[in-house]
Amino acid sequence: MDVVWFLVLSAFIFVIGAAGVLTRRNPLVVLLCLELMLNAGNLALVAFARMHGGHAGQVFALIVMVIAACEVVIGLGIIVAMYRNRLPIDVDEMSELRG
Amino acid sequence: MWFEQVLFFLAGIGALAGALGVVVLRNPFYSVLALVTHLLALAVLFLLLNAEFIAAAQVVVYAGAVMVLYIFVVAYIGGLDEPLRPEGGLVNVVGPLFAAAIGVELCIAFIASGLSALDTRGADLGADFGSPGEIGQLLLTRFLVPFEAASYLLLMAAVGAVVLARRRRGLEEVEIGALEEVGAPPGRREPPPETTLEVRV
Repeated sequence: MDVVWFLVLSAFIFVIGAAGVLTRRNPLVVLLCLELMLNAGNLALVAFARMHGGHAGQVFALIVMVIAACEVVIGLGIIVAMYRNRLPIDVDEMSELRG
Repeated sequence: MWFEQVLFFLAGIGALAGALGVVVLRNPFYSVLALVTHLLALAVLFLLLNAEFIAAAQVVVYAGAVMVLYIFVVAYIGGLDEPLRPEGGLVNVVGPLFAAAIGVELCIAFIASGLSALDTRGADLGADFGSPGEIGQLLLTRFLVPFEAASYLLLMAAVGAVVLARRRRGLEEVEIGALEEVGAPPGRREPPPETTLEVRV
C-alpha cells in the first residue's frame, strides 16, 4: 500500500473528530472526539515512520498515547467533579472557570 | 499483495465507521463502544505499517484500560441521551463546514505535496522493524529523557485526578471540626459551602 492512502485515511479520521468536538455538547463525547483526533495523528506518525524506515515516529506515537491517557484521566476527573457538584453536564453551560 | 490491500480497506472502513459512530450516536455508552471498534481497526492498520509494538500497546492500553475508564464514568454519570442542539444554532451549521474545510485542505496538502516518497511503499525495512525489542532499546537509550518525562506526566495525572474527583464536602467538614476543636472565634467561621452550591442548583 502506498503511504499516501494511510495519510488520507488519517485526515478523514481527524476531520470527523474535529467535527465532533465542534458540534457535540456532552463533555464525555467531546473527550472521545479528542481521542479520535489524537489517533489520527498517531496513524500519520506511524505511516511516516514506515515511509522513512526509522523508529522515531513510532516512539513519538507511543508518547502521544501516554499524553492521551493523561488527558483522559484529567478530563474524566473534571467531569466527575462536575457531576458531584450537580453542575450541568454540558459544555455550553460550563462557560466559566469559576465553578 | 492483494491481501494487504483488502485488509487495508476493511480496516479503513472499520476505522471510519467507528469514528462516525462516535460523533453521530446520541448515547455516550454507544459512542464509547464505537470508539473501541475504531481503536481495534486502527491496531490492524498499525500492523500493516509494520508497527507491531504500537499495535499491541494500542489494543492493551487504549482499547483495554482507557476505554474501561470511560465506561466506568459513563456508568457513574448515567448514560443520558443528550438532546439535539436547540433551534439549530449557528455552531451546528458552521462546525461541520469548518471540519470539511480542514479535510479538503489536508487532502490537498497530502496529494499535491510533490513528495515522491509518498507514492512508494517506503524504505526497505529490516526483519525486526517495529518489534518490541527495537522500540524498547530505543526508549532506554536514545529516547530516555522523553520516556522518563512521560512517566512523571503519568504520575502527575494520577495525583491530579485524585485531587479533582475527591469528595470536597467531607474534607471541609473535617477542617471545620478541627477549627472548633481549636476554639476559633465564631465570627470568623466561614458559612458552610452548601449555600453556594444550592444557589447553583
